[in-house]
Amino acid sequence: MTALRLTPMFAFGSRRALRMIERNLLVYKHGWLVLFSGFFEPLFYLLSIGFGLGRLVGDVTGPGGEPIPYALFVAPALLAASAMNGAITESTFNFFFKLNYDKTFASILTTPMSPADISLGELAWALIRGGLYTVGFLAVMVLFGMVRSPLILLTLPGALLIGFAFAAVGMAATSFMRTWQDFDLIQLVVLPMFLFSGTFFPLDSFPEGARIIIQLTPLYQGVDLLRTLAVGVVGPDTLVHVAYLTTMGLIGLAVVSRRLDKLLLK
Amino acid sequence: MSETNVAASGASVEPSQPRPTAEPAARRGPGADAAPLIHARKLTKRFGEFTAVDGVDFDVQPGEAFGFLGPNGAGKTSTMRMIGCTSPISDGELSVLDMNPRRDGPRIRARLGVVPQHDTLDNELTVRENLLIYGRYFGLPREECARRADELLDFVQLSDRGKDLVEPLSGGMKRRLTIARSLINEPDLMLLDEPTTGLDPQARHLLWDRLYRLKQRGVTLVLTTHYMDEAEQLCDRLVVMDKAKIVAEGSPRQLIERYSTKEVAEFRFAPGIQETLDGQFDGLAERIERLPDRVLLYADDGEDVVASARSRGLHPETVLVRRSTLEDVFLRLTGRSLIE
Ligand SMILES: Nc1ncnc2c1ncn2[C@@H]1O[C@H](COP(=O)(O)OP(=O)(O)OP(=O)(O)O)[C@@H](O)[C@H]1O
Ligand SMILES: [Mg+2]
Repeated sequence: MTALRLTPMFAFGSRRALRMIERNLLVYKHGWLVLFSGFFEPLFYLLSIGFGLGRLVGDVTGPGGEPIPYALFVAPALLAASAMNGAITESTFNFFFKLNYDKTFASILTTPMSPADISLGELAWALIRGGLYTVGFLAVMVLFGMVRSPLILLTLPGALLIGFAFAAVGMAATSFMRTWQDFDLIQLVVLPMFLFSGTFFPLDSFPEGARIIIQLTPLYQGVDLLRTLAVGVVGPDTLVHVAYLTTMGLIGLAVVSRRLDKLLLK
Repeated sequence: MSETNVAASGASVEPSQPRPTAEPAARRGPGADAAPLIHARKLTKRFGEFTAVDGVDFDVQPGEAFGFLGPNGAGKTSTMRMIGCTSPISDGELSVLDMNPRRDGPRIRARLGVVPQHDTLDNELTVRENLLIYGRYFGLPREECARRADELLDFVQLSDRGKDLVEPLSGGMKRRLTIARSLINEPDLMLLDEPTTGLDPQARHLLWDRLYRLKQRGVTLVLTTHYMDEAEQLCDRLVVMDKAKIVAEGSPRQLIERYSTKEVAEFRFAPGIQETLDGQFDGLAERIERLPDRVLLYADDGEDVVASARSRGLHPETVLVRRSTLEDVFLRLTGRSLIE
């Protein structure tokens, strides 16, 4: 079963995907300031909610059970949420636009590049951008003296994994979209996830029933992954999160790889 | 580069040379017996229930300039896109450059130069960058892309716009850039879908000249067009498509000989008069076409027709006797004029 699923994924895209990154670099050479937009969003949240609200809240229970400052509790969650948001925007709105309105993809398809190369390249580019934002955010955490453990360095690959999982599923979802209205559905899923996935309050402040649902959401998996890494208390849970997100991304990719040719080659 | 002049008029620096119109099959020479570069049998394209291309057969020989002529919606673009391996075939057989589009898409596309019907330039990049990145999609080294980009900008007289974004370019400039882009991989086969639609006459002549030079270098050209002068100038051989089918095939001359007479007499009448003349043209010519604005009388001697019409008491406002063109062939075969 697994082997069957994996075959198309390894056949997905080629080294030519790198050319898409080259294209995006050329585009950003014209307006590199845009690159920073994604950096400020989580930073503003950290300053206002993490430190502002954190002063009223005081300490909360961290992943290991010991109390940690609210800002440290919220910071990794913001990182996870921004990895999700970046990946979703890139893989849904932007991807849909380029698929249907912008003729860029159409022109690239008249070269040896395949639909899979294009998607893989766009995915990689979204991750590179996400990685840059993560590095910037981590630098801010260092600046505010929020580092507890060298494991915090692992939040970078962690955030990339979150980005990968959401972007792959986002692309898969986009391949089923017909009109712009369909995107409202995505917002309907993303916003509550952002607010309630243990992002701003600890899990135990929710009623029992809600807790289980929350734990099943991909954002919770990402938030808790980064939180355990940032605080330096890793355990079996950490591995479960990694496995969850990896599987989610691979399933997304498998769906995209089957639908993309149909979408682009009419 | 300095002598390049892309005035709004699109004035060409070189005096445009008189060029012989394409000759019939005999002149095709070496390519004629070689394996065809494109081979299509019962080629079919369906979009759901709708059949856009309905079992067409054609072969394109190496070095040839081959045209598709046909009214809107005939299926020309659909056919071109199948050849270009960006649209899977629904049925039939197709081989391009001796390969199968189903399996070898990337390898075929690596050797094609494609000019789509509607420009698909990358609006987020400059003119020169459009060429550079396109070369990269083909896997060319960066220095090579840069060298070819400069050469091609010169070739289509856009060198002085290299650093500008694509968006503000005029339609004709965009078209020229699209053609330059399609040449970055030094293709063996070019697919040009209405390459000169929307261009002013001077820009068209510049493009014809460029395409002619490519052909001289041995590049095979496949093009669609709505302009019969373009077809006559550029194509060795062409097919007329109508309602998803090929209805005629041959060199421009052969088609004119087969489907039209030597000459045509065109009569125009004052408004309202033509409608009163039912039956009055009968027997005047081999074939008579009554268009809303004029009457076309097909005969081998046009002046003869004019004389007999006058003796019948017909008094058109204007009379024009001319040789038959592809336009007449087209009208005969599709019942429509070429440019609607
Ligand atoms: N992606 C598509 N989905 C559904 N129908 C399509 C699609 N592309 C083309 N068609 C239909 O196929 C028919 C042939 O279209 P095509 O673009 O091949 O014509 P054409 O000969 O190039 O016409 P024109 O001279 O206007 O460019 C048209 O009726 C068109 O509506
Ligand atoms: Mg067309």
